[in-house]
Amino acid sequence: MTGVATLVSMAALLPLGFVVWITIQTGWQTAIAMVFRARVGELLVNTLLLEAWTVPLTIVLAMTLAWLTERTNLPGARVWAWLAVAPLAVPAFVHSYAWISVAPGLHGLPAGVLISVLAYFPFLYLPIAAQLRRLDPAAEDVAASLGLGPWSVFFRVVLPQTRFAICGGSLLVGLHLLAEYGLYVMIRFDTFTTAIMDQFQSAYSGPAANMLAGVLVLCCLGVLGLEARIRGDERYARVGSGSARMPDRRRLGRATVPCLLIPALTAVLSLGVPLFTLGRWLEFGGAAVWRMEAIGPALVQTLLLAVAGAVLATLAAAPMAWLSVRFPGRRQRALEVCHYHVGALPGVVVALALVAITVRVAMPLYQTVFTVLFAYALMFLPRALVGLRASIAQAPVELERAAMALGRTPFQSVRQVTMRLAAPGAAVGMALVALGITTELTATLMLAPNGTTTLATEFWSLTGEIDYAAAAPYALMMVVASLPLTFLLHAQSRRAAGR
Amino acid sequence: MKKSLPSFASVLALGAFLVGSPLMAVSALAQGADADGIIIYNAQHASLTQAWADGFTRDTGIKVTLRKGSDMELGNQIVQEGAASPADVFVTENSPAMALVDGAGLFAPLAADTIAQVPPEYQPANGRWIGVAARSTVFAYDKNKLTPAQLPKSLLDLADPSWSGRWGASPSGADFQAIVSALLELKGEAVTSSWLKAMKAGVKPYRGNSVAMKAVNAGEIEGAVIYHYYWFGDQAKTGENSKNVALHYFRKGDPGAFVSVSGAGVLASSKHQAQAQAFVKWVTGKGGQEILRDGDSFEYAVGVGARSNPKLEPLAKLQAPKVEASKLNNKTVTDLMTSAGLL
Repeated sequence: MTGVATLVSMAALLPLGFVVWITIQTGWQTAIAMVFRARVGELLVNTLLLEAWTVPLTIVLAMTLAWLTERTNLPGARVWAWLAVAPLAVPAFVHSYAWISVAPGLHGLPAGVLISVLAYFPFLYLPIAAQLRRLDPAAEDVAASLGLGPWSVFFRVVLPQTRFAICGGSLLVGLHLLAEYGLYVMIRFDTFTTAIMDQFQSAYSGPAANMLAGVLVLCCLGVLGLEARIRGDERYARVGSGSARMPDRRRLGRATVPCLLIPALTAVLSLGVPLFTLGRWLEFGGAAVWRMEAIGPALVQTLLLAVAGAVLATLAAAPMAWLSVRFPGRRQRALEVCHYHVGALPGVVVALALVAITVRVAMPLYQTVFTVLFAYALMFLPRALVGLRASIAQAPVELERAAMALGRTPFQSVRQVTMRLAAPGAAVGMALVALGITTELTATLMLAPNGTTTLATEFWSLTGEIDYAAAAPYALMMVVASLPLTFLLHAQSRRAAGR
Repeated sequence: MKKSLPSFASVLALGAFLVGSPLMAVSALAQGADADGIIIYNAQHASLTQAWADGFTRDTGIKVTLRKGSDMELGNQIVQEGAASPADVFVTENSPAMALVDGAGLFAPLAADTIAQVPPEYQPANGRWIGVAARSTVFAYDKNKLTPAQLPKSLLDLADPSWSGRWGASPSGADFQAIVSALLELKGEAVTSSWLKAMKAGVKPYRGNSVAMKAVNAGEIEGAVIYHYYWFGDQAKTGENSKNVALHYFRKGDPGAFVSVSGAGVLASSKHQAQAQAFVKWVTGKGGQEILRDGDSFEYAVGVGARSNPKLEPLAKLQAPKVEASKLNNKTVTDLMTSAGLL
């Protein structure tokens, strides 16, 4: 198992290794000329401003919504909770497509921040809401009895206890901002990812693109480091006997109506705008845009790639998940970091590395389905790992031993006990990977075999020719494909909190 | 444990099958499962090349698979792939990518009867690739905001600070880069470099010519340097992205009057030489050129005696500058644009 996990780790290190290798290969002179230029400065400023505006705004919005839906008597809280997760089903570039249809002049940083917040706030809402549900209200009662007002209780007791959720969610949002391509191209906001694609389209896998990828990787590592620092290593745990009681819901009273406006407005902007635009383009396009001879193959190929990629990622993650649960240790921890870091790398970096590697040293794999699936498996390895790990941890080794004591061989006992118990987690992990692949754009554009089309690439080429009506069916299908998975996520996060 | 849950074991067991069978299925779908067909690296508008491919397949029975990309992406890709390239034919929107692949010595000579189908001004002297269509540079402007007297007389005028913030282009696109390569060929590196620096300060960059034209139509900018057919294509459909837009041709041999030649060539490494040669012959012949006249691409036909769409300004009246297509150098252009901060 260790051997297999090491092998997967080495594969996961390929993109990062490639960036380092190509930097050395390019030579310092060229590398410095390519990195220290005005354009890179511009992109860096854009990227930092985007992160600095979007992440805090997203935290405030997600926290407000989570508090309203979990800790107040807001009418229809359950419905609002669903609506706060649902925007996840709309791919980020479809959000962008919707907004420029409604407001064609929208561009630059303000547009980037607005659409990013609307597209990504569920990533923060989910963990914060789950954490709020889990909190023991006793701590708040104690604080209140010691004389703190409601606001002080929130800031000094509730907020610190949601720190892990906020940090984890912000990390996810921060990394998405760095990796996203389609969203920012449509509103003419340049980031490293868009600039790398420009260079790729002007000079294929040249030094300028590779050096930009190097800077982008540094940005990602910076975000990871920042999150680790802010999160710190303090622990929050409830000690004491018995189980926590259900938290009280605060009565909103006269504030009910204004408070209702917040989730309502969010839902209108994050769901209403995309769905309204899609509906309008579909109506405008009529039956003519449903060209099944093009849509059919794209749908079939997307589904095949999603299923195959999900299975591959789960298989690749299985040895590590098993090791990290059964034999935790320093070496396993190091291997695990190798597995996780690749999820933080943007698709454009992974794809750029694989293009260059396959074209130079692995020509038979070049432009094959295998390479695309390999890229997907790397990019979505953490998604598969998280689900598997949690569910293997729920199958204690004692059960295997009991099975063996009852006469099963070791292999049989693993197969009949542990693997069965781990199946639901594996299924959730696979669903998450499949969802990621369905809406993946950059790696697919760069690596897809000749003649391959997916829903995302077709949508992209049609919007490039501003044929928004013809692009609408593809967007609709991506949304529909993502909906069940989004519901699954929401249901799972409620179950995880035990409510 | 509920019975209905799939056991992890069977998931694992199915794994190989599930990974394996889509692999084959996608390959089959992607390759058209036909070893005799040809693969075209296509940077032309997908709809135009698809129409050519459909016509060619109908006449010859030879299947065609397209790989989509932009001129320089696919050109550089072919160079990096070298002799192992899966491509049989390369079709572009502009000449520089053709010159790039030709410079690497990767094209096979074209058959003499193919070369004879296109006048010499639309192909390089060495006969290793050939023009299949042409497009003209235009200044698409907002006719509500600009009178003909206020229009720039030359492409170079746009570097003037008075134009700052008023015009747009799609600098990351192959089309605009071809226009810059013509400027480089006509006026030299010093003029081009300073023009690009002025452009960086004054241009509003868009991604895609149609997006730039849409911005002119919406009043975001007063004009944009694009190719002519975007306007004709939109007028032929609904006109919703071009109703406020008119076209200005620079003429008088100005760099802005550059007519760009779209090319096609057969890769020397192709294992389907006969089929690939047949495709280029078909496209430059009657069938291929009639698609340009009758279809909705609105690009100029270049074949001997071939007619373009009658709605277009005649090619002969454009007074395009004389530029040797095979000399257009995109490497220098991307380097200059990278150092000007446009890429």
